[in-house]
Amino acid sequence: MTEETILEAEGLKKTFHTSGGDVRAVDDISFSLSGGDFVAMHGPSGCGKSTLLLMAGGLLSPDEGTLTIADADPYSLSAGARAAFRGKHVGFVFQQFHLIPYLDVLDNVLVNQLAAGEEDLRTEAESLLEKFQIDHRKHHVPSRLSVGEQQRVALARALVRKPGLILADEPTGNLDTENSAIILDHLSEFAKAGGAVLMVTHDDRARAAANRALELSEGKLVLLKH
Amino acid sequence: MKLSRLVSREIAHRKGSFVLSFLGVALAVGCVVAMVCLLSAHQRHASQLLEGMRETTKADMVKLEDDVRKSMKGLGFNIYIFPKDQEMAEVYAEGFASETMPEEYVTTLANSKIVTVNHLLPSLTRKLKWKEQNDRTVIAIGIRGEVPIAHRDPKKPLIDRVEPGKLVLGYELAKGAGLKEGDPTAFLGRDFVVSKTHDERGTKDDITIWMNLSEAQELLKEEGRINAIQALECNCATIDRLGEIRAELMNILPETQIIETQSTALARAEARNLAKATAQKRLADTARELASLGKERERFAGVLLPLAILAAMIWIGLLALLNVRERIGEIGILRAVGVKSSRIFAAFLARAGLAGVLGALAGLAGFALLYPLLRDRLFQAQELSSLLELKSWLIPLIAAPVLAAASAWLPALLAAQKDPAYVLRHD
Repeated sequence: MTEETILEAEGLKKTFHTSGGDVRAVDDISFSLSGGDFVAMHGPSGCGKSTLLLMAGGLLSPDEGTLTIADADPYSLSAGARAAFRGKHVGFVFQQFHLIPYLDVLDNVLVNQLAAGEEDLRTEAESLLEKFQIDHRKHHVPSRLSVGEQQRVALARALVRKPGLILADEPTGNLDTENSAIILDHLSEFAKAGGAVLMVTHDDRARAAANRALELSEGKLVLLKH
Repeated sequence: MKLSRLVSREIAHRKGSFVLSFLGVALAVGCVVAMVCLLSAHQRHASQLLEGMRETTKADMVKLEDDVRKSMKGLGFNIYIFPKDQEMAEVYAEGFASETMPEEYVTTLANSKIVTVNHLLPSLTRKLKWKEQNDRTVIAIGIRGEVPIAHRDPKKPLIDRVEPGKLVLGYELAKGAGLKEGDPTAFLGRDFVVSKTHDERGTKDDITIWMNLSEAQELLKEEGRINAIQALECNCATIDRLGEIRAELMNILPETQIIETQSTALARAEARNLAKATAQKRLADTARELASLGKERERFAGVLLPLAILAAMIWIGLLALLNVRERIGEIGILRAVGVKSSRIFAAFLARAGLAGVLGALAGLAGFALLYPLLRDRLFQAQELSSLLELKSWLIPLIAAPVLAAASAWLPALLAAQKDPAYVLRHD
């Protein structure tokens, strides 16, 4: 296990301006993730968890504060460079899987190739599918898979470029116990291999699988448990 | 995986949306090509019709010209050039001039740039007693044949020359003397052979002897002299024909005077001019009507074509917009995994461009297949290959994908600029 800092957030703030008034989604949050961290983030609905996750993934720029991933500030980069940076360093897993319905399993994993350029991902993709025991479904479209299989495909897509950081938003939210356990095992294994996982979850089993916990309330970090 | 695979898989997945785009392009291309063919068919038909009319008119005019020429030949010359000193009362009383002028006047005239008259015929005329035929009164006319005008193409002569040693006799003389073609006879103490006798004309031609000019000059002791140059006025002259002719001739031959006769010939010429003008007017009217019809069709096409193209572009744009809305989640995840917005933009444009290419091919193929059924009813029975050049087939193949891509430009831009965070937060 390495202790190398993968993500460092300092004083992050984000306010959404809505017709009903300003909503402070993230209010002065600082934390860091190092290799081996498997962090569960929880809190009531609307407390800013997903917003923080997107900010951490270089998808949503903070109003204030700084964020570094692998010693680089993604928000200092141009949009194109930030996309490339994100593709290389961050993997995303969502509750809704976000698989592309018309691509088969293998192509859904290889969709990263559109961002990776010359880097050949096919071997790694097939290896991950085998590891996640869905290689026999690699030519099936997502609609023919079980939800558990779909989430494993989404996880394979997140891991195929070997990022240092996985950001997971309720990855077990739609899964049964057995499939949840499989996904959590793989996330845990990723962390043990030196990666960092930041997972938004309401699932107690998921929280139990993590080695750290963050609790958010009204945009603030109220509990940081090691 | 390549972008082309993403595009082709998506098209295969959402066939309906793609087919609707494709049909929009196919219909627009078919409509545009049909309209181009309609205009082209009209133009070709109008040209063929006008060409046919021109040919008919030309043939009619050639025939009319020939008829008039023959009539005028029958009626004789209508312009007479006499010596300046000639008393015209005597000419009207006797039918010819007693005064003479140099024969080279006709050469001068023939070598000039004269435009108002044709068919120059120098002559020497005298009223005589034909001693060898019981002192019959005859009019002897010495002619040398028509003198060609140097700057004009040779024309068929109105009157043929008389060879030396030959005589041409009017009807009364031949009948009275009992002479016919080939008979020997004597005139002014010299032997001749009758080369031709005329039918009855009911004029003084019936008592006229035509003979070679040189012989007439010699026998009448008028060497190198003539007393008239006959001519035929051109039809190109304006209303004041005689004034124009006089002005021009007097400029060349100031020592002469000019009269015009044979108004019936002029009436014929005018009738011909009128017929020609009428035919030309009819031709011009038809051409104008066809041009007007063509312009009307062009105006119609000028409205319909942009409308068809605009409708197709709006249709494709709307379908592209729906496609973007349907693929919001996909766009979000593609952006999240690091796909650049330019590639997402390209994917949407490529989809529209492909619909454009395939739609154009289908539109052209469909039109070509339907053409035989519509050819006679709509396209003036013209062959398709004569209406559309190769470039007319190629232009839709190039323009359709470009316009389809342009139609999808804004939706594609919208897709490329979608904020992935917004998409993923609101999913």
